[in-house]
Amino acid sequence: MAEAKNDIIVSLRDIFVEFEGEVILNHINLDIRDKEFLTILGPSGCGKTTTLRIIGGFLEPKEGTVNFEGKKINGLPPYKRNVNTVFQKYSLFPHLNVFENIAFGMRIKKLPKNEIKKRVKEMLSIVDLKGYEKRSVSKLSGGQQQRVAIARALVCDPKVLLLDEPLGALDLKLRKNMQWELKQIQQKTDTAFVYVTHDQEEALTMSDTVVVMNNGVIEQIGTPADVYNEPVNAFVADFIGEANIINGTMIDDCRVRILGEELECVDKGFGQNTPVDIVIRPEDIEVVKPEEAKLKGEVTEVVFKGVHYEMTVMCKGCEWIIHSTKCEPVGTTIGMKVIPFNIQIMNKMFLAEKNTFYADVISSDKENNTITVKVEDCEFEIENRYFEEGTRLEISLPPSALSIAGDGVGHIDDVYIESVIFKGEHNEIILESDEQKWLMQSYVDEQVATYVPLKFDFTKAEFKIAEGKNET
Amino acid sequence: MKKFSKIYTALIILFMYVPILTLILFSFNDGKTTVWKGFTLRWYADLFKDSQIISSLWNTLLIALLASLFATVLGTMAAIGINNFKGKKKILLQNAGNIEILTPDIVTGVALMLMFTLLGTALHFKMGFITVLLAHITFCTPYVVLNVLPRIRHMDYAVYEAALDLGCNQWQAFRKVVIHELMPGMFSGFLMSFTFSMDDFVITYFTRGSSFQTLSIQIYSMTHQRISPKINALSALMFVAVLILMIIINIKDKNQEKRKV
Repeated sequence: MAEAKNDIIVSLRDIFVEFEGEVILNHINLDIRDKEFLTILGPSGCGKTTTLRIIGGFLEPKEGTVNFEGKKINGLPPYKRNVNTVFQKYSLFPHLNVFENIAFGMRIKKLPKNEIKKRVKEMLSIVDLKGYEKRSVSKLSGGQQQRVAIARALVCDPKVLLLDEPLGALDLKLRKNMQWELKQIQQKTDTAFVYVTHDQEEALTMSDTVVVMNNGVIEQIGTPADVYNEPVNAFVADFIGEANIINGTMIDDCRVRILGEELECVDKGFGQNTPVDIVIRPEDIEVVKPEEAKLKGEVTEVVFKGVHYEMTVMCKGCEWIIHSTKCEPVGTTIGMKVIPFNIQIMNKMFLAEKNTFYADVISSDKENNTITVKVEDCEFEIENRYFEEGTRLEISLPPSALSIAGDGVGHIDDVYIESVIFKGEHNEIILESDEQKWLMQSYVDEQVATYVPLKFDFTKAEFKIAEGKNET
Repeated sequence: MKKFSKIYTALIILFMYVPILTLILFSFNDGKTTVWKGFTLRWYADLFKDSQIISSLWNTLLIALLASLFATVLGTMAAIGINNFKGKKKILLQNAGNIEILTPDIVTGVALMLMFTLLGTALHFKMGFITVLLAHITFCTPYVVLNVLPRIRHMDYAVYEAALDLGCNQWQAFRKVVIHELMPGMFSGFLMSFTFSMDDFVITYFTRGSSFQTLSIQIYSMTHQRISPKINALSALMFVAVLILMIIINIKDKNQEKRKV
């Protein structure tokens, strides 16, 4: 254990970053160990690049400490940190050739000429660019520029190399090649790599450790196998690999109800009759005869994917994706068998059956039977309801009564879409307004990390007069 | 239609350049009037024998060189500063520079004269070389800003960060990396300043004091007396000099475009 503690090079503690009132990083903690390949994975806008910039010294966190080999390095400028960065667009120096680009850092440190020559040569052979010394960097291909950028950073002998989506600008084939090469370079140089990407496949293939981020929080840290097989929540399950994510109820330890059927699983400790999210990977569903499984469904679509068939199966109104080497024709009823070990139970990201919120009646019109209420600084009318002016109402709405409106017709403006997860028959969307989170059901695919106006359908609402009225 | 447009273009160019071509032609005229009396290089030879004109030429070149050098340094610094501002302040500062360009020379000239006279009485100096130099730096700097600002805007900021990352402090990063990125803009700014400085008459006229002479002033004062064909020769030379500078700027720009492609 003591040794395990010693090999931590960088540790971020309670890092908080805010930019123009928007929270970018919400109190995150992260350890980077010596010689490991750590990938920070997440959708755009999740704060992964910000995390990298904090380690590199290009950005100061508002709160929290950055430790390097046990010493606090907050406020230390980039040039005093033993960390180097490979930038997204390589950012080579266009006025220098390949040799001078790589030699740049050593020239600043005023190393002897012979050593510079020797080390540039070594580095060029590591990144497989022997004989390119004299070339102009602008004449190189994207992959070659990338390797020069890596060589330029690695030649400084950093403890940690930071890579900000370095393969993003390359085409698919080159990217695959570079993934493999990066891993080779990392092993040859024994340097810790912190790799930022939104490509889950990249993360799984290269990393020792995967850090999944979303909305400025770290959702899960683990080995690639961990995050794939044991995702902590629906977001991670959805983001990494393909998955069937459905609502279920944990009846008791090892017993779960899915679509009305009780199945055996191996997870414990969720309590009794708790609503949960369930993930089953498409390749973990075995296609059997209908009578051999509790869950049955009809094949509605088959796509041949080379290695396997991808079948879409409708089971009690829910869409399931199955990967199988055997093909069942469209229209067949099949049984879907899943062994208990492959049913992954997860806590719900936002546990709510209904959206409950408070509204102040600011004016009421008895004749037309309408009231005007104020919710989170937004005022709007509700028809066919009457309450006296000044009443504080508790309104609850089921997730299906929420919708995303066009501009100007929403009840609450600028609500942030935190996550969108397909639950077999509808999207489950978690939204965040200034004061609370909302759960919404929708058949529309909404874009995560955007701001939208939220609209309510008050015909489905329940109204109650809140106790302790007139707080405002 | 095509023919017409060609003729039209030719006419416009002719219209623009006929006066100058006439001037150049008559600088080779072996006679003092506007009657053609044969080819000569006499006026050019005379020109270089005239010590007053030669000293004015040196003054002009010295002012142009110093003013554009200072303007390049100041303008580049200003452009970096402006670029670091955000939103309204940035626009405001940018326009402050542009207004200076749009202000009529006579206004700038009179204003500078007024200021230098006031300062001169307070600090006991007379207008001359220094005041002309300062005036030229003043009106050249905005042109440098105008040329450098787009370079900064299009510069990959990460290049600067990469330099910091590789061990440069801010000043080293600027000197070893950023300045190379801005160089083309600075060079165009420098050449433009040089041309405008050489070109200037109005502002120089108001800020030169009583004895300091530049070429344009010299020509002007020569027209007071008797029109000498030497003026033609001198003007022709100035035109050619400016033309060469313009060609250099254009070639430079073209090469840059090529490199970008």
